[in-house]
Amino acid sequence: MLRFLIARVSVMLVLALLATLVVFLITNTVPGDPVLAQLGDQAASDPVFVAEWRHQYGLDRPLWNRYVIFLNDLRQGDLGRSIRSHRPVLDDVEEYAPATLELATISFVLTLVVGIPLGILAAVKRDSWVDHLARGISLLGVSSPTFWLAFILLAVFYGYLQIAPGPGRLDPIALPPPTVTGAYLIDSVLAGDWESFHDAAAHMVLPSIVLAAATIGLITRTTRASVLESIGQDYVRMGRAKGLRESLVILRHVLPNALVPVVTLGGLAYANLLSGAVLTETVFSWPGLGRYTFLSAAALDFPAIMAITLLVAVTYLVINLLTDISYAILDPRVRQ
Amino acid sequence: MATLPLPASRWRRWRHQYALAALGGAIVLGWMIVAIAAQVLAPYAPSAVDLTTRLLPPGGLHLLGTDELGRDVLSRMIFGARISLVTGVVVVTVGAAIGTILGGIAAYAGGLIEEAIMRLTDLVLCFPPIILALAIGAALGIGTTNTIIAMLVVWWPKFARLARSLVLQQRSLEYVDAALVAGYGPARILVRHIIPNSIGPLVVLVTLDVGNAIIIFAGLSFLGLGVVPPTAEWGSMISEGRELVAQWWVASFPGVAILSIVLGFNFLGDGVRDWLDPRSRRY
Amino acid sequence: MNADIGSVTPDERQVVLEVEDLRTWFFTDQGIARAVDGVSFSVHAGETVGIVGESGCGKSVTALSVMRLLEAPARIVSGTIRFRGRDVCAMRRADLRAMRGGDVAMVFQDPMTSLNPVLRIARQLSEAMTIHGVSGLEAARRGVALLGSMGIAAPERAMTSYPHQFSGGMRQRVVLAMGMSNEPALLLADEPTTALDVTIQAQILDLLRDLNRDFGTAIVLISHDLGVIATICARVIVMYAGEVVEQGPTVEVLANPRHPYTWALLNARPGLDTDRGDRRLITVEGMPPDPLSQPSGCRFAPRCPFRQPVCDEHPPLLDTGPDRLARCWLARESDRPLLHPPRASRQTAPEAVPAATAIMEVTGLVKYFRLRRGLLARPHVVRAVDGVDLTIERGEVMGVVGESGCGKSTFARTLLRLYKPDAGSIRFDGQEIAAASAAAIRPLRRRLQMVFQNPYASLNPRMTVDAILAEPLRYHGLTNSADDTRRRVDELLGLVGLGSSARGRYPHEFSGGQRQRISIARALAVQPDFIVADEPISALDVNIQAQIVNLMIDLRERLGLTYLFIAHDLAVVRHICDRIMVLHLGQVAEIAPADDLFTTPLHPYTRYLISAQPSLHGIGSGTNRQKLSGEPANAIDPPSGCRFHTRCPIARKICAESAPSPRMLRLRHEVACHFAGEF
Repeated sequence: MLRFLIARVSVMLVLALLATLVVFLITNTVPGDPVLAQLGDQAASDPVFVAEWRHQYGLDRPLWNRYVIFLNDLRQGDLGRSIRSHRPVLDDVEEYAPATLELATISFVLTLVVGIPLGILAAVKRDSWVDHLARGISLLGVSSPTFWLAFILLAVFYGYLQIAPGPGRLDPIALPPPTVTGAYLIDSVLAGDWESFHDAAAHMVLPSIVLAAATIGLITRTTRASVLESIGQDYVRMGRAKGLRESLVILRHVLPNALVPVVTLGGLAYANLLSGAVLTETVFSWPGLGRYTFLSAAALDFPAIMAITLLVAVTYLVINLLTDISYAILDPRVRQ
Repeated sequence: MATLPLPASRWRRWRHQYALAALGGAIVLGWMIVAIAAQVLAPYAPSAVDLTTRLLPPGGLHLLGTDELGRDVLSRMIFGARISLVTGVVVVTVGAAIGTILGGIAAYAGGLIEEAIMRLTDLVLCFPPIILALAIGAALGIGTTNTIIAMLVVWWPKFARLARSLVLQQRSLEYVDAALVAGYGPARILVRHIIPNSIGPLVVLVTLDVGNAIIIFAGLSFLGLGVVPPTAEWGSMISEGRELVAQWWVASFPGVAILSIVLGFNFLGDGVRDWLDPRSRRY
Repeated sequence: MNADIGSVTPDERQVVLEVEDLRTWFFTDQGIARAVDGVSFSVHAGETVGIVGESGCGKSVTALSVMRLLEAPARIVSGTIRFRGRDVCAMRRADLRAMRGGDVAMVFQDPMTSLNPVLRIARQLSEAMTIHGVSGLEAARRGVALLGSMGIAAPERAMTSYPHQFSGGMRQRVVLAMGMSNEPALLLADEPTTALDVTIQAQILDLLRDLNRDFGTAIVLISHDLGVIATICARVIVMYAGEVVEQGPTVEVLANPRHPYTWALLNARPGLDTDRGDRRLITVEGMPPDPLSQPSGCRFAPRCPFRQPVCDEHPPLLDTGPDRLARCWLARESDRPLLHPPRASRQTAPEAVPAATAIMEVTGLVKYFRLRRGLLARPHVVRAVDGVDLTIERGEVMGVVGESGCGKSTFARTLLRLYKPDAGSIRFDGQEIAAASAAAIRPLRRRLQMVFQNPYASLNPRMTVDAILAEPLRYHGLTNSADDTRRRVDELLGLVGLGSSARGRYPHEFSGGQRQRISIARALAVQPDFIVADEPISALDVNIQAQIVNLMIDLRERLGLTYLFIAHDLAVVRHICDRIMVLHLGQVAEIAPADDLFTTPLHPYTRYLISAQPSLHGIGSGTNRQKLSGEPANAIDPPSGCRFHTRCPIARKICAESAPSPRMLRLRHEVACHFAGEF
């Protein structure tokens, strides 16, 4: 197990280092000149000003030199300075991350709570109406563009039926609870502010459903396929031959095997939720990292985009590592 | 004795199995015709601005209404099919071609070349596709070609992985040994034996993936990357209409278009899989 | 325990299981497959009953029906199953569950998949008891004892292990422990040894016999192998096309089969002691009927060499003697034994007299595989073939035997340069090919061909038979026109007993045996001198095996071929080979002429292999069998000295210290053992 861990962690570190290189290269070798894009037309036409600007951001040094500087900055937690907000990107990230993490986590829970039981049920009751329903839900979830689904739900439940709150994390006139974690649901509980909690929870409903839709489809499909695969195995028949009741056969023999690949996918799903937030948050005006990324992209704020890309890549890698580890815990065959 | 059900006729079984696939094929084909014949089918020019007819609801002269600039939603949707279909198909086929070739080389060459290629796929796969495409697209600049390039960068690795595992799997089968024993050269074995047997799952993934690519491209357009305005594109149409909750038609219809075409490719892909792999068939 | 079981006549004993007119049908889209179609039999307490038949005859479905473990689209349509007098088909679910695993246990074919891979043995074993009311603590205690009595060393440690840490034989012991945990009255064992090596099979069969004796558990053993059944079953039921066609005491049925199908099964199978003057085996043509449309008359009639007009009428099970039944009109007439039908008299070709010119000379052949597990792990080296010397003479049939993992397949593949050897020399017809480049060997490929084990993987599924056979012809320029190619393909198909109608069809349209014929035709297309047959019949039913064996013998005589024939079935190898090489962990244990090897084995490993071979000589033959325990050692980390010493009954100190090299002890009989023949 230890050897397994060491191997995995070192692979992850190598990939993380390579990821920094990729991000660096995208920023520094693409044809579009970020400087010209950033400066106004007037400033861009002034060579002295441009040169100064380049010097200020270290853009006039050789590529490898800039990479070393880039790495060194990274080591000190310096992800660069956003051109749009004129603040260190890390500060921006700290400000916006809690909103995204809160949304992604709620969506993740929603995904698991809906997707896994639905997938199991669909497999166990194969070809029944439950199976068809699950297939329909997962197909619709996978096939609907997130941003469109967000719009439709907003239009129906907020605009037309008026039973859901509008965009944002809270009512526009409400004050957020005192910041402890940055997650409003937790902060409001900590502050004992039930009104805020209710408000925040209500605002969470539509975005989390939208964000979860695609991953629910994915998880349902995978769970179904995996359970079906497992249910046909000899050890399941063996369980029945021992005299286990069907529910126990499913619980003890089918699920521990069938859920192994689902766990693998679960990690991926969480990572996808984080990146899917770009579209969802944009529609719901959710002040999180996703919307931040969108606004940065719209403004061609390169330092911000690259920092986010790198951060998300590293998060991806960490999630993958955790997935691998849980895989090894669940399946003894992987461990050696 | 229990009454015995009559065996279903061939045709009924076929219909049961491929009804959805046929529907998917029809949807895809329908959109293809729409895209090709856009000039003929669209009642208005897609970018014809007419501020006197802003935000008209569906009906009358504008079947699906008009947007903020008075452009006909239906016409824009019809022209949008071109971009979505072309980008979806191009990204997936080119991505699949690059990935398959690299994956095939990796599986066949082995050793350091294989290591290098597979680690490269690992590296690309450690970025979330939409974010990496966003970053690359932002770096390259707005525009369809640039966005396609950005998507290609993130698209090929899954095909490389699949192709490699398919080739490795086929190579372990005895009929390839038989071909070796027969004295055939490596090129013949690859072209005549391994590729024809590996192509099925690739075709399935390609079909299923076009829908995926269409969604991602629309998403990037929605974020402002995919097309230069005023080009009619479904993602950017939704983006333009996303604040217009009361004028729901502006953003709704392009979304329905995306949904239908993606469902179409999904049905078609499932059908292709059933057809190629009899084991996955339901009875 | 019932010490007097053997002396009690069946009638006086209690009937445990009674199956009457059972019909289990599969309701498929294509129609109704009558997998089990009117099967009746009974099992008495403590009895051992074998059910034998080829694949698809309904024997497994019968067992699953008894347990009511059928899955859609299978359904019991009629008949009764009574367990201790209670109707199983009418049981409520709770009673059914109490019966399953409690009073009736079942063991499945593949031990590699019968255990849940993610749960520890302890949990799976205890579970079998706790659901039948044993307390957890008691179950754990009994689990350890059970594993011990199943012959598992260090049972405490085994309890905390996961299934993947065990070999197939060990897993089957664990599965048996689960089955026996509640001391059931009946154990249904569905091909429990088919997936195992013959040596491990012998151990598991011994174990089954012990369980029957010690627990008084009745055993229904399902197998395709009459030898396996004969080893432990007192009574045998022969099934064909969903019906029981014969039943009776095993000894009597084997000595004097009353149904032509039983007769065919027996004769298709070479014995370790049958006369091999003419090496052809007796086969029946054709295949079992399609279960979707069973013939209305006798189901065996279309293939039966004894067929008569009366056979158009479906025969009932007829009494043919005390305790004996047979579903054949002929059985009624007399108790005249079934004789061999006249065969097309073929001048028995003289035994190929080796012209003493070597076609293949192998010296010091070594092939290692390096396994890498992860980036940081030290690579393991599997010493698959580790210094083999062998000379094969022109026209000879050379056999290779050994347990799985002994390197016999690797040896064959290295010989044909599918693998590049790490050391040693291979001279084919005087030409050195061990180190030659792939391009340099290509011209020789035409003369060296191979027939593979798995008929389902060895033919390209996307090519028609015509394309499969024409490709080598055209590639090597053996035919010079389309007409010529077509004629040659027809000729090849005729040679292997397939008509030209096979040409346009794809491999999946053929049965396993037919595919193996196509595979042989493909090998013959290039007019080779030397053919390696790597377990060409292992995946086939007995009768089909015999057909392929006959075909290969014919072809050798007609075309003057040399074979290297690999198999794990010693009887088959003895039957068709001139000489045999016994491989053990990548090294030669013994090389000898076939008869000599079996009459005078000199290596203890050879003796062990021979004694593990199930034989038709019925019960008791196993008791004087050389019982060896233990699993084959590992080729990754082989034992020092003689690699067999860890299992060898006559090993002494020197065996662990120095490896014996092969010595010629009798005429053409080499053995690598310090104490050859001293047992």
